[in-house]
Amino acid sequence: MKLLFEKSVTGRKSDYLPNCDVPVFELSSSLLREKDALLPELSENDLSRHYSALERRAYGVNNGFYPLGSCTMKYNPKINEKTAALPGFAEIHPLQPRSTVQGCIEVLSDMEKMLCEITGMDAMTFQPAAGAHGEFTGMLLIKKYHEKRGEGKIRTKVIIPDSSHGTNPATAVMCGMTVISIPSGSDGCVDLEKLREAVGGDTAGLMLTNPNTLGIFDRNILEITKIVHDAGGLCYYDGANLNAVMGVIRPGDMGFDCVHLNLHKTFATPHGGGGPGSGAVGCKAFLAPYLPKPQTVCDDGRFSFKTDCPDSIGKVKAFYGNFAVMVRAFTYVLTLGCEGIPEAAEHAVLSANYLKKRLSEKYTMAFDGICMHEFVMTLEKEAKEKNVSALDIAKALLDRGIHPPTMYFPLIVHEALMAEPTETEGKETLDEAADIFLAVYDEAMKDPEKMHLMPLNTPVQRPDEVEAARSPRLRWKPDVQ
Amino acid sequence: MRHYISITEAQKKEMLDAIGLHSAAEMYADAPSELIRKSALDIPRGMSELETLRAVEAIAAKNKVFPTIFRGAGAYRHYIPAIVPAVVSKETFVTAYTPYQSEISQGILQSIFEYQTMICELTGMDVSNASVYDGATAAAEAAAMCRDRKRTKTLISAAANPDVIETVKTYCWGANAEVSLIPSKDGVTDMDALRGMLDETVACVYIAQPNYYGMLEDAAAIGQTVHGAGAKFVMGVNPIAAALLKTPAECGADVAVGEGQPLGMPLSFGGPYLGFMAATAAMMRKLPGRIVGETTDSEGNRAFVLTLQAREQHIRREKASSNICSNEALCAMTAAVYMAAMGPDGMKDVAVQCLSKAHYMASAISSVKGFSLRRKGEFFHEFVTECPIEPDKVMSALEEKGILGGLPLADGGILWCATEMNTKSEIDSLVNILREVSSK
Repeated sequence: MKLLFEKSVTGRKSDYLPNCDVPVFELSSSLLREKDALLPELSENDLSRHYSALERRAYGVNNGFYPLGSCTMKYNPKINEKTAALPGFAEIHPLQPRSTVQGCIEVLSDMEKMLCEITGMDAMTFQPAAGAHGEFTGMLLIKKYHEKRGEGKIRTKVIIPDSSHGTNPATAVMCGMTVISIPSGSDGCVDLEKLREAVGGDTAGLMLTNPNTLGIFDRNILEITKIVHDAGGLCYYDGANLNAVMGVIRPGDMGFDCVHLNLHKTFATPHGGGGPGSGAVGCKAFLAPYLPKPQTVCDDGRFSFKTDCPDSIGKVKAFYGNFAVMVRAFTYVLTLGCEGIPEAAEHAVLSANYLKKRLSEKYTMAFDGICMHEFVMTLEKEAKEKNVSALDIAKALLDRGIHPPTMYFPLIVHEALMAEPTETEGKETLDEAADIFLAVYDEAMKDPEKMHLMPLNTPVQRPDEVEAARSPRLRWKPDVQ
Repeated sequence: MRHYISITEAQKKEMLDAIGLHSAAEMYADAPSELIRKSALDIPRGMSELETLRAVEAIAAKNKVFPTIFRGAGAYRHYIPAIVPAVVSKETFVTAYTPYQSEISQGILQSIFEYQTMICELTGMDVSNASVYDGATAAAEAAAMCRDRKRTKTLISAAANPDVIETVKTYCWGANAEVSLIPSKDGVTDMDALRGMLDETVACVYIAQPNYYGMLEDAAAIGQTVHGAGAKFVMGVNPIAAALLKTPAECGADVAVGEGQPLGMPLSFGGPYLGFMAATAAMMRKLPGRIVGETTDSEGNRAFVLTLQAREQHIRREKASSNICSNEALCAMTAAVYMAAMGPDGMKDVAVQCLSKAHYMASAISSVKGFSLRRKGEFFHEFVTECPIEPDKVMSALEEKGILGGLPLADGGILWCATEMNTKSEIDSLVNILREVSSK
């Protein structure tokens, strides 16, 4: 398909602004750019159709089943879009006098209260813009804690299970820490002996998600957090998998000291093709003084921001975070309420177990038994015996109108496919999907070679990724066309 | 109340039967029983959509929407053509995930490729990433790109936006890297002070163009000085001003970053906004985050993919150039639609109108007794005036008339901003109010 630039016709334009009603000011030419930016020249009709065509070449939750593990692709309610776009939010300048933004701060304050209740934390910031940004913020709280106790230079090791999200180790390094990776036990959970060996006087903390990336709730969680605390470290909860347990089990009760939430996963705000998200960070009271500034305060019904926060880690972003995303999540929590939150979690777990059960008929599961909100299949045997990989299965699913599960993650499972159906899918959808997964499996066993050619019915077929990385073409250029 | 769950009670029972359980509670049997909540969460009960809408509308109504805004300082009100929200509210764009499965994500990938091209054109740089969180984190990530074993220190101009300075400081503290402020003089970065601070430990220098006070820096000269000392030059630019001003590339920047909010994003109390980042080809593999590249599929057709992923956390884990995963994709699309709608002439027109209205307003305000421009030099669409009375009094008087005045600064000055949204008559009435207030 042609690019916007290739559809450009010199002289084509739309006038969106009136003529300038004051004398035109001219800067000295030494300050000006040599030539104009080569932006496309299009009519609005050209532009509108271009993006409609692009939309047809994309796939969202609205298009069909999207069981992308660890991403919690649940339905994104439309009312949340409506509230986020209310002029009383969308047209508010972030630096208006506080008396004129009482509603905005009320959203922040109420949301903090409700999410603290859901996570078992005492305070929360909404400044981080995404999950990884939340991890960074949370680990900086832990860094500050050790620094304040005079152990900043000593406690620099972060313990991370080898089943963790890649963001965890990358975050620890951004916080000036080093990573101790510990292997998971044969049950997929934290190996307590390995954890005991890893902790010590140099431990800054542990980064963990529970349920873990295999979809297993670690039954030793209280022992795990105790081992870390006894060694003087703190426990960080990666909230990517909170959807399995929200309203049922709280990270704070598991012994975690701080937690990030992906409002764009668990709290139903849309992913937007990769963002914007919101990575709210909650913490226990003893870490609260270190939260990013400004911090929200409510005094006798009047809301304001506290900027005098001498122990704060500072700012991790301009202003107060992705506010419009928070309004969406706020609307969602108000809609679901105290009974709807745990109900969503239970149905997410139910859907995952049902789908797992159905797929177990043919697919090998990385771990048997009851799972949480997601489960992992392994194509290791099929890859060895039939040369059918996880990738092949995924690509065949594309042809059948299903977004494939997450591929090749977690790293500790070979040829992994990780599926998370979420609570918003119906039983019929799960059954149809299961039928397709099973049919694809049969097809693969019958004709493995054919699988490497798939997908055949998508807008493009398998792109040459090696070529893309070897000679990068990262922008359109007029001269090569 | 029941929301967004498709499984009926009867189906729930069927599904539980299929997995061999009697109740949903049994699914949590692995968890220690003392962790399972026995009582309901202490949050309000769920509501119908209509009740929720009313509740949230009531909260939104507690905010004041100003019909007229003369405040910028990092967030700018511009006209957003109707096509922009129409495109970016298309359901598929809104509800898609990061385009991992390229065969069914060509629409998203191509939109990012087009965005990357426009950012390269706007900044003159060779390569752009797919976005980061905002202008402040873009500056912090740029500083990280420039650090190596020997050079670890970041110098940042005191004339940059305070939120950018604070964010860069936090990121540098995190990485155990030093950061120092270059003092400002006459409202711009102090060149003599900068020369004195440059040594072999300095990794990069960050300046903003225009700077926080709206002033235009002698960016090319700063770039030359910085390179002379062997450090990298990072420029933070306003994307509207960039349509007019010497590009970061022309000023010798190694990395160009900025806050993309003026490109079609509503104010929304500070977010979501857009961090754009572009670099020289030499710095390409140090860029953080997603990058989309063009290639071909097995049939030889044009195709787009996420590429150069060996920089990223999901492949490299602790050796990644950044931990960033989700970015601001839909905001990047917003910026692309905005720039494509405006076109080359439209973008320049917005910039010229901002510039012209700010200069008209600056001279009009200066005609009011006691108000004067604080600095002489060139500025874009923001400027600082002295104020003969308590700035808060001025602001209250303006607020009564539905006008959000400039931002009162800690030192008694006021930072004003004008954009194409401000008409001549708005500016004239502003000046009349200032006259009234200051003569009382």
